[in-house]
Amino acid sequence: MSLIPLEHGIALAGLLFAIGLVGVMTRRNIVFVLMSLEIMLNSAGLAFVVAGAHHASAEGQVMFLMILTLAAAEVAVGLGLIIQLYRRFKTTDIEVLSALKG
Amino acid sequence: MSELFYAGGLIAIVSTLLVIVQSNVVHALIYLVLSLLAVAVVFFSLGAPFVALLEAIVYAGAIMVLFLFVVMMLNLGQASRDQERAWLPPRVWIVPCTLVLVLLGMLLPQIFEIAAVTNSPFVEVGVKAVSAELFGPYVLAVELGSFLLLAGLISAYHIAKR
Repeated sequence: MSLIPLEHGIALAGLLFAIGLVGVMTRRNIVFVLMSLEIMLNSAGLAFVVAGAHHASAEGQVMFLMILTLAAAEVAVGLGLIIQLYRRFKTTDIEVLSALKG
Repeated sequence: MSELFYAGGLIAIVSTLLVIVQSNVVHALIYLVLSLLAVAVVFFSLGAPFVALLEAIVYAGAIMVLFLFVVMMLNLGQASRDQERAWLPPRVWIVPCTLVLVLLGMLLPQIFEIAAVTNSPFVEVGVKAVSAELFGPYVLAVELGSFLLLAGLISAYHIAKR
């Protein structure tokens, strides 16, 4: 149908994943860390869809649906953890979680 | 279709970069929504309309609304924005950016080398083919996905409870 080379799609997924990785490593606010994780999961899904489209098979889209389910479950649990963190420490700084105590 | 792909890809990269450099959470969320919608356009241009719609509805719709609710509940004000700026001096970006640029420098030539061997045009895979796969050989994975969502629901309820 269209003439987009496979490597451009995979390279786009790789760039988005790299940006998300920089966000996870740099930010200290836990909300931003969770957003960067979403970016990384989404780019993994993009790589699956690109490869599936290249081979004209539906399996890439099926795998994207699985990643979508995973991202939804992950974000629900992660946002619950953010709310609990804010209740206990009145901050969204992940540095307060480096102390291991009950 | 290929113009749509490159425009969507460019908008996705720029808006994702803007997400990770913002100091205001709500601005970052809006840019993230823009980025996800641009990825949906990319999916559409790749001949995957079903997944493009799901990306717009579930990712840019449901998950981002969930984020927005939590940001509203936390009610972070001007103090958190100033704190955020204090946490982000230019020097904290140096080490992560260097590491990731090294990784990309290794990865991108590999991608271009392998993909140059097999180069064929994209073909559209519609809803019918995806559904046939989903409820044919992958029906067990669909059931496992529903288990995962149930587990996520219960644990989110339990964790966020006082």
